Amino acid sequence: MSTLASSELAQLWVYLAESPLLGLTLTVWVYLGAVAVYRASGQHSLANPVALSITVLALLLYALGIPYQRYFDGAQFIHFLLGPATVALALPLWEQRHMLTRKAPAVLAGVLVGSAVATGSAWCLAQWLGASHTTVASLAPKSVTTPVAMAIAEQIGGLPSLTAALVVCTGVVGAIMAPWLLRSFVRECPDSVGVALGSVAHGIGTARALQWGSSSGAYAALAMGISAVASSVLLPLVWRLFA
Amino acid sequence: MLLALATLLLCQLLGQWLAAVCGWSVPGPVVGLVLLWLVLLVRPTWATALQPTAHGLLGHLSLLFVPAGVGVVQHVQRLGQEALAIGLALVVSTALGLLASAWTTRWVLRRHREDA
Repeated sequence: MSTLASSELAQLWVYLAESPLLGLTLTVWVYLGAVAVYRASGQHSLANPVALSITVLALLLYALGIPYQRYFDGAQFIHFLLGPATVALALPLWEQRHMLTRKAPAVLAGVLVGSAVATGSAWCLAQWLGASHTTVASLAPKSVTTPVAMAIAEQIGGLPSLTAALVVCTGVVGAIMAPWLLRSFVRECPDSVGVALGSVAHGIGTARALQWGSSSGAYAALAMGISAVASSVLLPLVWRLFA
Repeated sequence: MLLALATLLLCQLLGQWLAAVCGWSVPGPVVGLVLLWLVLLVRPTWATALQPTAHGLLGHLSLLFVPAGVGVVQHVQRLGQEALAIGLALVVSTALGLLASAWTTRWVLRRHREDA
């Protein structure tokens, strides 16, 4: 009797594991759990919900023996929304257009220098330390918001999924380092901290900048948007010249 | 909400098409972003209709990164072999980028203020 029940259970599991619904449902629930942990930790930057969700889901796939391709069959419905979400970034950018025109030179200079230094130094360092061509191509766009970074990586011969993980790491590292690295800037010129976090640590940095006030948060969102547009235009061109 | 989503999708589609036809290296969704921004410049009232959907989508932006991020399981071997290069390049470049960007922004803002 018990053997019958367990074989039925096994059959049910095989059926569930084959269905795309499993990957989709797991992703949403694990993410909701990660957000709850992040809130409970007092929004501690080390408890970043994206990093937490990826770790838990990777371990789950490993434990349940589900290949990534089968997981992605379901999760792709969430992944697909990155495109329309990128287009939707036009709204906050449009809402801040007056600030953009008023302080344009400072924001533009900060974004261009920050992105160039972050991208250039990562590129040179990784190559110098002996990373493969594919790894360098996946690492180069890591300061840009994920959907755009993945598209750039695909274009210059990197691995979009590796880029996605590296982008998240960069955001978390930037959000953790900024408070002590930019201590003197936080006191004297909080706007510059916003620009730095948005252009180097994208959305995760923007969330951190918001904690210093809505002004540095707005600068960060703006910097993130400009860096996304500028990097997607310039990085593939520069890559073609030097790589 | 459906109309807003349809607008976002249409901008993305046009962006992707434009990028492909013109042979630009810019990702289609970014061209779509610029297109929507230009549309709002001409028709500012449309922003109110788009806002709830856009902010709803952007409010859960982090969730959308998860499926691609889980793809890291395919690269465990590469990450193990090149851990030092990747880790060091990532941390050092992020620190340098933050400092360079904050310093530049503060410098230009101060010069701007002195001029005014």
